[in-house]
Amino acid sequence: MKPINIVESIIVPLNRKNVDTDQIISKEFLKRIERTGFGNYLFYHWRHHPDGTRNEDFVLNQPQYENAKVLVAHENFGCGSSREHAPWAIMDYGFQVVIAPSFADIFHNNCFKNGILPIRLTVKEVEELLAKGERAPYQIHINLAEQTVAGEDGVSYSFDIDPYYKQMLLNGWDEISLTFQYEEHIQNYEKQHA
Amino acid sequence: MAKTIIEKIWDQHIVYEEEGKPDLLYIDLHLIHEVTSPQAFEGLRLAGRKVRRPDLCFATMDHNVPTKNLPIIQDPIAKKQISTLERNCEEFAIQLAHMEHPDQGIVHIIGPELGLTQPGKTIVCGDSHTSTHGAFGAIAFGIGTSEVEHVLSTQTLWQSKPKTMEIRISGQLGYGVAAKDVILAIIAKFGIDVGTGHIVEYTGEAIRNMTMEERMTICNMSIEAGAKAGLISPDETTIDYLRGRRYAPEGPAFEKAAQQWLDLATDEGATYDKVLEIEACEIEPFVTWGTNPSMGTGISKHIPRAEDYASESDKEALKKALAYMGLKEGAPIASIEIQHVFIGSCTNARLSDLRSAAKIVAGQKVHPTVTAIVVPGSRTVKQQAEAEGLDQIFIEAGFEWRESGCSMCLAMNDDVVPAGERCASTSNRNFEGRQGAGSRTHLMSPAMAAAAAIAGKFVDVRTLQPAHA
Ligand code: SF4
Repeated sequence: MKPINIVESIIVPLNRKNVDTDQIISKEFLKRIERTGFGNYLFYHWRHHPDGTRNEDFVLNQPQYENAKVLVAHENFGCGSSREHAPWAIMDYGFQVVIAPSFADIFHNNCFKNGILPIRLTVKEVEELLAKGERAPYQIHINLAEQTVAGEDGVSYSFDIDPYYKQMLLNGWDEISLTFQYEEHIQNYEKQHA
Repeated sequence: MAKTIIEKIWDQHIVYEEEGKPDLLYIDLHLIHEVTSPQAFEGLRLAGRKVRRPDLCFATMDHNVPTKNLPIIQDPIAKKQISTLERNCEEFAIQLAHMEHPDQGIVHIIGPELGLTQPGKTIVCGDSHTSTHGAFGAIAFGIGTSEVEHVLSTQTLWQSKPKTMEIRISGQLGYGVAAKDVILAIIAKFGIDVGTGHIVEYTGEAIRNMTMEERMTICNMSIEAGAKAGLISPDETTIDYLRGRRYAPEGPAFEKAAQQWLDLATDEGATYDKVLEIEACEIEPFVTWGTNPSMGTGISKHIPRAEDYASESDKEALKKALAYMGLKEGAPIASIEIQHVFIGSCTNARLSDLRSAAKIVAGQKVHPTVTAIVVPGSRTVKQQAEAEGLDQIFIEAGFEWRESGCSMCLAMNDDVVPAGERCASTSNRNFEGRQGAGSRTHLMSPAMAAAAAIAGKFVDVRTLQPAHA
């Protein structure tokens, strides 16, 4: 996993609540047996009309938001299915950070396993970001070590993050290798419960 | 100190704990299916790792499998996913109920059916409806593919202790009200993210009166309320269900286990981080009208209007949902006409679900403008239903009777609702495009879906059956 600390980018404002993983990556794209190549299909049915043509109105298709690394959305982002194809698609598309007032649990967990930083800000803070981002491309600077989000206009927010997951992201650790260091504990547990 | 069942099971499974870290939790049962596992096995192979406890894994094929013309899969990518699971299970010595195996079925239907699902276990699967297994008093939750890989290689997971929540359903359910109506009513009342960060215990008289199959329907949709897991303390109903199941303990070992299971029940006086309550008598047969499971209401009611909501974003969400669904504010639920009926999924495709639908359908005909299919949740359910003649009841009424699988619940196989058409579905998600791009899903109980198949629109099942004394 790639370490992550400083991210500088404009934001993509996706002003919707309850964005579910079926929308993030639709089931017809879940048949691949690889982890890569999902980016093209991110929000496919929002980025395309039913006849397959591009929906130019959808925020991700607007040229001013190209190459953004930060997605900002409203409450309960990533609800629904456990499919890790959702964070894979988000990452493959080029996002490194998702900011929202709240995340669904499984999606939130899945982000950490893939080097995506999910940031929880308050509803008010997120709505400020969304409004600024919708008005014009808005640049922010994220510092994970410091746990801050700073806007180009000098506005700055701080965020909380579980220290364990923070270390994992900062160092790009592979969790399975870490867990192998607890092999003795696992063996003991198995002996006691055999 | 008095403890909830959630704390008891959690504490029993801690392999390692340290301040500032999540707990390292042991996993007793790992269920596997074809869609969320290939990348995990590939990860193992790339790192040269083994499956630590193949004996604690069980795999099946459900999401992709066709429900007719077995065993031919037309879609080459789906076919590859299926054969990849076969190869992985063989290579890593994991038991697999393949497409034509008698134990095959939707992963959350076969776990309980085979007795793999037991009280007090920690159960995971790369699938959010793993919460179903909580009906037995287990901590069961969905995980992502990286976590699947982690469990395969270590039989553990790092998990932060979730908060606890009680949802009490007090009093008795009215005539014609199903478990599905209860869980839809809970989600509509409290919201689709009320459970975030929590494990929910469902309690109360209405729950105690439910069969195991009804309890599974309730726990299945815990994730639709955002909960990490949902469970119900074991009681005699749980024990009776498990006795004699293939993977349950036998003889004196069963009686001993049964006692331990009963001891797991939440202690008198234990407290939860949050308590919610709903009166059973306020619940009527339910239908969703929107694009998430909280957008639902009773069959006698109307679709809400923008002015019913306080916040701008909720008004906006209503408009977006109704535009997608092709519905109007304030329209009566009972006026909505449908073109498809799907009776199936891990929420409502067990034998009792098929029985309750068959009761409505018997001697009737599917409305001429409706296409209706029944997809049993497992091969065992299918065979039991056929032994009772339920298949004939459905077929005579004009339903299609299919092989088991997830089918139209997520439309990964050929069972798809066409764009713009409306489906009365016993599944659990009405998200945009869930049953096919542009499809419009209405969630409800099997009896309500069966009634809709006959009428071609939503009707109150309570008006169809004579009330029992
Ligand atoms: S039936 Fe539907 S919800 Fe259940 S496991 Fe299959 S796809 Fe998921």
